[in-house]
Amino acid sequence: MSTSTPHPIPGADRSEADFEAYLRGLERKDLLRFITCGSVDDGKSSLIGRLLYESQLIYEDQLASLEADSRKVGTRGAEIDFALLVDGLAAEREQGITIDVAYRFFSTERRKFIVADTPGHEQYTRNMVTGASTADLAVILIDARKGVLTQTRRHSYIASLLGIRKVVLAVNKMDLVGYDQATFQAIVREYREFGARIGLTDIVAIPVSAVVGDNVIERSAATPWYSGPALLRQLEDVEIDSAGPARPFRMPVQWVNRPHQDFRGYAGQVASGTVRPGDRVRVLPSGRESTVQRVVSADGDLSQADAGQSVTLVLATEVDVSRGDVLCACDAPLEVASQFEATVVWMHEEPLLQGRQYLLKAGTRTVSATIAPVKYKVNVNTLDDVPAERLELNDIGVCELEFDRPIAFAPYAENRTLGGFILIDRLTNNTVGAGLLHFALRRSQNIHWQALDVDRNVRAAQKTQRGCVLWLTGLSGAGKSTIANLVDKRLVAAGRHTYVLDGDNVRHGLNKDLGFTAQDRVENIRRVAEVAKLMADAGLITLVSFISPFRSERRMARELMLPGEFLEVYVDTPLAVAEARDPKGLYRKARRGELSNFTGIDSPYEAPENAEIRIDTTRLSSEQAAELIVETLDRAGLLTPRVVATP
Amino acid sequence: MISQSSPDRLTHLQRLESESIHILREVVAECERPVMLYSIGKDSAVMLHLACKAFFPAAPPFPLLHVDTTWKFQAMYEMRDRMAKAAGMDLLVHINPEGLARGINPITHGSQLHTDVMKTQGLRQALDKYGFDAALGGARRDEEKSRAKERVFSFRSAAHRWDPKNQRPELWSLYNARKLRGESIRVFPLSNWTELDIWQYIHAESIPIVPLYLAAERPVVERGGALVMVDDERLPLAEGERPQLRRIRFRTLGCYPLTGAIESDADTVPAVIREMLLARTSERQGRLIDHDGAASMEQKKQEGYF
Repeated sequence: MSTSTPHPIPGADRSEADFEAYLRGLERKDLLRFITCGSVDDGKSSLIGRLLYESQLIYEDQLASLEADSRKVGTRGAEIDFALLVDGLAAEREQGITIDVAYRFFSTERRKFIVADTPGHEQYTRNMVTGASTADLAVILIDARKGVLTQTRRHSYIASLLGIRKVVLAVNKMDLVGYDQATFQAIVREYREFGARIGLTDIVAIPVSAVVGDNVIERSAATPWYSGPALLRQLEDVEIDSAGPARPFRMPVQWVNRPHQDFRGYAGQVASGTVRPGDRVRVLPSGRESTVQRVVSADGDLSQADAGQSVTLVLATEVDVSRGDVLCACDAPLEVASQFEATVVWMHEEPLLQGRQYLLKAGTRTVSATIAPVKYKVNVNTLDDVPAERLELNDIGVCELEFDRPIAFAPYAENRTLGGFILIDRLTNNTVGAGLLHFALRRSQNIHWQALDVDRNVRAAQKTQRGCVLWLTGLSGAGKSTIANLVDKRLVAAGRHTYVLDGDNVRHGLNKDLGFTAQDRVENIRRVAEVAKLMADAGLITLVSFISPFRSERRMARELMLPGEFLEVYVDTPLAVAEARDPKGLYRKARRGELSNFTGIDSPYEAPENAEIRIDTTRLSSEQAAELIVETLDRAGLLTPRVVATP
Repeated sequence: MISQSSPDRLTHLQRLESESIHILREVVAECERPVMLYSIGKDSAVMLHLACKAFFPAAPPFPLLHVDTTWKFQAMYEMRDRMAKAAGMDLLVHINPEGLARGINPITHGSQLHTDVMKTQGLRQALDKYGFDAALGGARRDEEKSRAKERVFSFRSAAHRWDPKNQRPELWSLYNARKLRGESIRVFPLSNWTELDIWQYIHAESIPIVPLYLAAERPVVERGGALVMVDDERLPLAEGERPQLRRIRFRTLGCYPLTGAIESDADTVPAVIREMLLARTSERQGRLIDHDGAASMEQKKQEGYF
């Protein structure tokens, strides 16, 4: 193994004037971001360690600590274990595996490189997706002794899915197969066949040994039959797709800059194309148009800004623009839609639930998105579509998505910034998934809303009240149904028109096909919320008495109704009290393990944070609670008709 | 101003600059009370410069926070006050009052305790005191192994702990800044910069830096192979120990008794870059705290060190 002094950096020994010029040259380098991936033990970390070492990015003190580490936990005996340079976290060094994305940096005179080193284990596929999302190129490692493996296919598919078109196939550990050309060729042939099926055709294959250093920095004498470039040379030479000034201008607005009355600028990073003063732009989704007056930067106004640059634009006329809007070329505007077909990569231990709302961030816009049906998931080994109802950690599936409002977008294949999104859990705020928008669904355009002459206001006025929903939530045995029943009786006695949707009753009919898993609970509430909405529409005061344990679904129900026509009533009974009452004997069953997924026992109850009414049943009797609710209804004006002109 | 390689392609410095500006703006757009941790060093200088660019013509819409140990070089304090004024930003200085009362200092208590009390605890106190929900820091991934895996938006529990095994996936340039009350985020806009990038950018943009980065004759004593500058009368001298004037500079700046100088003739930024291209030791070696153990930085970060 070579431990000779790394190559001296040219330029450092030049005269001062020369060096200034050399520096200016260095400042004009470009940047290549690439990802290394492959199966466990293919030697990814060793390869990157070797690149860092050989391109002089390891300093003496790091080398000293590396030597100490190598002796302590290294796998290479007395030799330096380059993988230890890259495997940063203590847990990784102990287990000898890479468990997260590590970003590494090195540069040559021609380029700066950012490497995302990603793990080979299947359970860390989300990290591979993360690393691939910003990469221009993938270095796929294959162990020459093992050939193309499941993980090789999975990672290549993910790279291709995330828009990487250039691949370097590094067939590693050639020293362990005697530098055999036939072995190399067989692997390359198999990989090219697979690559062609997933749209990877720009492949450069190189036989290497990361540990020995063959064909990493320089061509090796051990492979006289190989006439292509060494790995580093290929990385320096490969053409980076320029973001394409030929493409139309698009810029998501990140921040509105308004330091004083006389300045209003729209700050953002240009996602594609070029913008110049005088260009006509359209604001999406509103569709308003204006002209770019200035391209502002701290170094003075610019004559143009290109894809990738962060700038501030001033428009000639006053138009309404806020964060999340997209500015784009007038003559080539983006499509605006709210329903999509998309690929979703699931990244969380808790599976994706159909019908649940997630926050979705795309560009600088965050919307509320519902996963309509999962159409299928992809078996990345066979590339077959497999029917699926939900997505588990590391699954890749194709779904329909429905947003709560329209956004301007571009298909991911056209633009990563305008077509990529992340999904965020509304309660934990974790990033639980990522995805790619493919196209807008025409569905909503084909099912038209049937306009009816008798509308909701007329129906409510006829009953001299307003349609609304009273949503009672709380633990089993909290007293929801008792209170709902009393409220109902009082209202009816006062001549009001009401209906009670009760959890148990609805599960006997409409929802009898549903169980108590998290997925079924989400669907249970979705259906009831939709029914409640129809009843409120019909002018009824609708009481819903459901445990409804998850905040997400209660919020979904709230967002279905008009503002002010949804009152959340938190029937607050401590678990111990509800369990002591146990009117249906369910807690006893659950404690004995005869009932699973029972709220409060082995399934969570997420208490409301901003309920309109909170009933503390340890202090109020059911009668008092009912009275409080009716009073609140009255004060909210829901018992008096809205003033409307009757037709 | 940094130059462009060709009309249709950004240089590596332009790409890094644009990425950092994008990050800074996301923080302001998505967080309620952001703050920029300003440590006066070269990375802070670059981060502050980028913030001024990101929000131009407005001043950056957040204050600067300096968690002071009272042991910084005098030249750093001068620089700090000057730069905050020039940027038109509020400067908050926090010194751990308990540490101060207990007289914690790097000389009698050692680097580990001093750093823990004055920096780690001090930072947590300051963030809690002002209720900041996002703190911008100038750390870079190339500095140290555990940093190489940290996200740009790095989530902290209400107790300021970092859980390296439970980090949010971070894709494209889509940063998830959502958090529950009490939780906070550390944001590192310079994550993808290297030491060389920092120096190149300082050169290209003529960013002011503390003069200590450039070589000059300064009084030092040699201790355990390290050159320690005698910045004020608080540094006790051993018997017979005499400060000597040597031509030195610093690659990294911290508390003066904990920061080792190097002998150098590099008195301009290009000369520093030239020297760095020939350097054989990494910049953090001058910082004694990393050498407590291979995983020491990871452990400090979990405990809330920046």
